[in-house]
Amino acid sequence: MKILQLNNVSLLKESKSILKGITIEIWNGYIHAIVGPNGAGKSTLANTIMGLSGYRDSSGDIIFDGKSIKDLSIDERARLGITLVFQEPARFEGLTVKDFILSGSKIKSKDIAIEALARVGLDPIKYINRAVDKTLSGGERKRIELASVYAMKPRLLLMDEPDSGVDIDSLKYIFDILQELKSQGSTVVLVTHSPEVLKKADHAFLICGGEIVCKGDAQKVFEYFVNKCSPCKHIGKPSKD
Amino acid sequence: MQENKEKLLYELLSSINQHKLPPDVAHIEIHGNEVLNAHLVKGLEVEAKSFEDGVDVKIKVREVIKNPVRFCFGMIPPNGIQKIIINTTVEKDASASFIASCTFPNAKNIQHLMDAFITIEENASLSYFERHVHGPDGGVTIVPNTKVLVKENGRFSTEFELIKGAAGVIEIKYEAEIGINATTNMKARIFGRMNDSIHIKEKAHLIGENSTGVLTSHIALKDNAVAIVENEIIADAAFSRGHVDCKEIVQGNAKARAIPIVEVNNPKAHVTHEAAIGSVDSKQLETLLSRGLTEDEATELIIQGLLK
Repeated sequence: MKILQLNNVSLLKESKSILKGITIEIWNGYIHAIVGPNGAGKSTLANTIMGLSGYRDSSGDIIFDGKSIKDLSIDERARLGITLVFQEPARFEGLTVKDFILSGSKIKSKDIAIEALARVGLDPIKYINRAVDKTLSGGERKRIELASVYAMKPRLLLMDEPDSGVDIDSLKYIFDILQELKSQGSTVVLVTHSPEVLKKADHAFLICGGEIVCKGDAQKVFEYFVNKCSPCKHIGKPSKD
Repeated sequence: MQENKEKLLYELLSSINQHKLPPDVAHIEIHGNEVLNAHLVKGLEVEAKSFEDGVDVKIKVREVIKNPVRFCFGMIPPNGIQKIIINTTVEKDASASFIASCTFPNAKNIQHLMDAFITIEENASLSYFERHVHGPDGGVTIVPNTKVLVKENGRFSTEFELIKGAAGVIEIKYEAEIGINATTNMKARIFGRMNDSIHIKEKAHLIGENSTGVLTSHIALKDNAVAIVENEIIADAAFSRGHVDCKEIVQGNAKARAIPIVEVNNPKAHVTHEAAIGSVDSKQLETLLSRGLTEDEATELIIQGLLK
C-alpha cells in the first residue's frame, strides 16, 4: 500500500528547473532510497516533500495517505507523521538532549529519551543532560537526531545523506535504528549519493538532472547507478542510453 | 513590629519559592532598607547598616564556605527604592559561592540600585549568581554597578538571570581587573518583553600574565523590548586570553544592538569575539517544526535553550 505519491512534481528555483515532473510512489513499511549524483535534485525532492521554506512553490501534487499535503505547513505535515533528518543536523545551544528528543514525542517522559538514546548506542547517563550543541561530534549529533525520530515514531522518515560526517561506529547504529523503525511500521526514504547506503534499501529511485531515470529493486538500481550513472559524463543531463 | 517583619520575610521567601534552609547554609534576607534575617556560618562575616533607602553590607569570606550562601533582596510594596552597597572581600585561599534572589513581585515603580566592590585575594574564588524574579508588568529599574579585583590565581564568576516576569529597565555595569593566572567569567541571560530596556556594559581588563576573561550575553527579546550589549575585553599582559560572546534573538518589534570591543596591547595576548543577532535560526526552527511543534512552541524551546 502506498503511503506517499508524487504526481508530476516540478520545482523552479531562481528560474532554474530543479525537479522536472517527478512521479513516484513510496510504499508503506519499506526502506526506499533516492539516489543520484551531486546536484541531481535529491535533497530538493526531500525538502519539497517536507514543505521546507523555499521548497513550497512546486507544481504537481504530493499525496500522503490519499490526501494532498501540498498546502500544509511543515508542522502540519509532521503531525501527520512525516519528518526529515537534515544532512547536517542543526545545533541548539543550551537545549538538552532530553528536551530535544522529547520535542517530537507524544509522551514527554524521561524514560522515552533514555530508551531512544540506548537504541542509538549512546549512554543515556552521559548524554541526556548534555546540550545539542557544537560540542557533539557529527556522528553523535546524527545519532541524537535519530533518537528524536525514534521517540517521535514517524510514519514516514526522510533522511538526507545518512552517512555524511559520520564515523563507521555511528553508521552501524544509524542503519540498525532505521531497520528498527521499519520493523515498527515506519517507512524510510534515504537520500544518498552513496552506493553503500543504497544497498541498505529495499527499493530505490535514481534521479539525475531533476528526473527519475531508473526505479525498482534496490539491487537493480544499484547496478544501474554504478555501471551507467557513475561513469556518465552528462552531468545533470541524463543520457538517453 | 516583629509580626510585620515575619510577614514580610514570609512573603519575600514565598515569592522565590524558598523556605526553610538547613543550618549549615548561610542566608541573609534584606527587604527595602532592613535586614529581616541573617544566619551565618563559620568563616563568613557580614556587617550590615541601614540608611534611608537601603543597606550598606560588608562581607568577609575568611575560609572555604562549603554550601552556597543565599541572599534574598527585594521589596513587597509596589513602589520604593532599594539601594544596596556591598563590599565583599574573599581572603587568601578562601572561596564561596553566593546565590542572590532579587524579588519584586508587585512592582509598579521600584528602583533596585546596587554598588558592589569585590576583592578576590590570592588563590581565592567567588562565584556569584543573581536571579531576578519580577511581576508581569515590569515597573522595576535595576542598576547593578560592580567593580571587581581578582588577584593572582583568583577566580571570579558572575551570572545574571532574568527570565521570568518583565525586566523593566536594566542597566548592568560590571568592571573587572584580572591579575596573574586569574580568571573571570561574566554571563547575563535575559528575556526582555513589552517595553523592557536592557543595557549591559561589561568590561574585563586582563592585566596579569596568563589571565583569562570570558564575557557572555544571551538575550531574547520580543514585543517592543530594546537591548544594547557593550562588552569589552582589554588584554595588556602576555598569554592573557579573552572571549566576548553575544547572542540575541529578536522577535516582533524588538530591537537589539551588540558592540563587542576587543583591545590587545601585547603581542602574546589573544582575544576573540562573536556576536549573532537575528530572528530564530531557520534550520533550528525547521528541525523542530518537522517534529510536529508549532512555530510558537519551537521558538519558545529554542529561546529556552539560549537562556539556559
